Amino acid sequence: MSISPPSDKVWWKEPIEKTELIWISIVFVWGVFMTFMMPYWHVVGDQNLPNETYRVTPEQFMAKAQGMVDQFTVGEHGPQKTPIVHPPAGSDVYLVARLWSWWPVLELEKGQSYRVHLSSLDWQHGFSLQPANINIQVVPDYEYVVNLTPDESGEYSLICNEYCGIGHHLMIGKLLVVE
Amino acid sequence: MNTNFRVCPETGFHVHKPAELLMKANAVAAVVFLLVGGTFGLLVGLTRWPAVHLLPADQFYLVLTAHGLNVLIFWIIFFEIALLYFCSAVLLKCRLATPKLGWVAFALMLIGALLNNYIVMQGNSSVMMTSYTPMGADPLFYLSLILFAVGALIGTFIFFGTLAIAKAENTYEGSVPLVTFGATVAAIIAVFTIVSGAIILIPTFLWSVGLVAHIDPLMYRMIWWAFGHSSQQINVSAHISIWYFIAAVVFGAKPLSEKVSRTAFLMYILFLQLASVHHLLVDPGLSSNYKMFNTSYAMYLAVMASMVHGLTVPGAIEAAQRARGFNKGLFEWLTKAPWGNPVFSGMFISLVGFGFLGGITGVVMGVEQINILIHNTVYVPGHFHATVVIGTTLAFMALTYWLVPVLFRRDLVMKGLAKWQPYIFGLGMTGVSLFLMGAGTLGVPRRHWDIGFAGTGMTHDFPAAAYTMMALNGMSVVLAVVGGAAFCIIIVASLLFGRKLGEEKSSPALAAEMVTDDEYKTLHASGGITVPGTLCLTFIFFASFAAYYFINWKYLSQTWGIS
Repeated sequence: MSISPPSDKVWWKEPIEKTELIWISIVFVWGVFMTFMMPYWHVVGDQNLPNETYRVTPEQFMAKAQGMVDQFTVGEHGPQKTPIVHPPAGSDVYLVARLWSWWPVLELEKGQSYRVHLSSLDWQHGFSLQPANINIQVVPDYEYVVNLTPDESGEYSLICNEYCGIGHHLMIGKLLVVE
Repeated sequence: MNTNFRVCPETGFHVHKPAELLMKANAVAAVVFLLVGGTFGLLVGLTRWPAVHLLPADQFYLVLTAHGLNVLIFWIIFFEIALLYFCSAVLLKCRLATPKLGWVAFALMLIGALLNNYIVMQGNSSVMMTSYTPMGADPLFYLSLILFAVGALIGTFIFFGTLAIAKAENTYEGSVPLVTFGATVAAIIAVFTIVSGAIILIPTFLWSVGLVAHIDPLMYRMIWWAFGHSSQQINVSAHISIWYFIAAVVFGAKPLSEKVSRTAFLMYILFLQLASVHHLLVDPGLSSNYKMFNTSYAMYLAVMASMVHGLTVPGAIEAAQRARGFNKGLFEWLTKAPWGNPVFSGMFISLVGFGFLGGITGVVMGVEQINILIHNTVYVPGHFHATVVIGTTLAFMALTYWLVPVLFRRDLVMKGLAKWQPYIFGLGMTGVSLFLMGAGTLGVPRRHWDIGFAGTGMTHDFPAAAYTMMALNGMSVVLAVVGGAAFCIIIVASLLFGRKLGEEKSSPALAAEMVTDDEYKTLHASGGITVPGTLCLTFIFFASFAAYYFINWKYLSQTWGIS
């Protein structure tokens, strides 16, 4: 009885039902399998977030981003005249999250890898690249370096999916992928 | 006989009167906060329904903050305190330790909950339940949560105190009942949870009044989720205890084996309170090794425990029903169950919804890499409305239908509506869960006022299916709110106007005759699989789980390279 003390005082010596044994074996093996899948994907899979993180101040991060923008700007985008930056393939690129915009607009080449540095100048934000649906937390004081390899050309949207105050839903940017 | 006890004429429980008063107070407060939080939930759902878009942005974020706190914290924890008192004082036929401190705990929780609502309504603390730094709220926002948590901690220790008294005064023989064992696991996790909350909320409060210079945002996330995620593990332990409880009182069922069920609960203490990293899988600063270890509860050992309960609870019901003669085919035991009794139907919908919708999706989204596709999309609230609302809240509702005649000795009113209530609420919440998860798969962000991005001069065109699913979610919210409102009305009306039962018995019977060992003997005589129907259901569950798991790996493999 579940609501009174077990009738058999030495309940830990009761035999286990066969049904239970079958099920416990299945779920245990399944758990071991799922445990194995994550490191396995680190070895064979192409989608794994890295561990590379640095401490950074907003000023330091903004200075690095500004340096990239000064060197590689190729145009302007949108009503805010956000610079479009076309950095060399394989290089370090910087994406600034702040209340309430993404800066600058990155123009990447399809099939090339980039070291994308992510940080916030103020509160926490959420890097959400659509429609590729890649979602990464962006935290102030920390610079996260993620290697991204676009697999299709087109105009992607960068939306914020970490609540960041009253203008959260206005925080949208673009990321361009060219052939 | 101690005059502080009364014997329940229907269940035979010895109820300590001061404990009963405290249970009543905590349970009533719980239902009130459910009503408040559910109303906010309706406003959230209607605002995220694109064609309705009810509230302006500032009010939406305010109401979303209030919704989360009222239902996820205040309703659930008030109810859990009542449940802890029930599982100790009533089930062990014992007096409650220090009822006076129980009232102090209740007062602190009530003041904290009211103060929190007041502060959030002021409009300068729309920081969501998570209140991630460096975004700041009014200092009283943190203080109100600390007061509430201190109250809850006192309540938890009164539970431990009552266990000690029961042991010292020999009010029971042998081991505590399984349900009390499950409640003890919930209480142990609660201590860990509340201490984690104190470790992060006290410095954040000091930061908000200027006494601490800096709260590291990653540290905040890490420790806050040791509190935020573990608090959901209290719910899991609590509502699974309720499943066993309802199987016992409705069917007279005993567990298939005490050893298996208790070991599964024990594994919760050891492993379930990992998994705070479910929320940090796409964060900087944490190593993959740590993420993999934590997110998998060491080796999916807590998932294993939940899957074991998923077999043993319906298995106990099947064994009891078969012993009573419902032996035809695989499922006569289930089809002949009392589907018109909301105590049972609520519990069973809770079990199925928690497993199929909440459990499977929780494990899949908790895979380190798959989380990249899901983090902070509306998939996340889709998932936890299956665990916390269909799983926990519906189980609590089912138990409440049982508790009203026992504690208040009043008959339920509107029994016809009560019969339908778990289905309406369950169906509505299933819709909420499925449509939010569908929209989340298409990238729709959570906690977001306008996925049309009006006024930005830029736009992102979510697929039409995403808009359709957010509309279907809105409709499901309305249905669920109808079910939730029906619950609150039935309970409040029963407390006020329900026929006084006195010594009379209510219908359906509150405590079924226990299935005897002799009756079980006929079941075991065949020697083979005693609960084939349940085993069949768990195989269906496993097939769905595995299919969904691999579909998501496939989906992940199709996005950009990330390394």
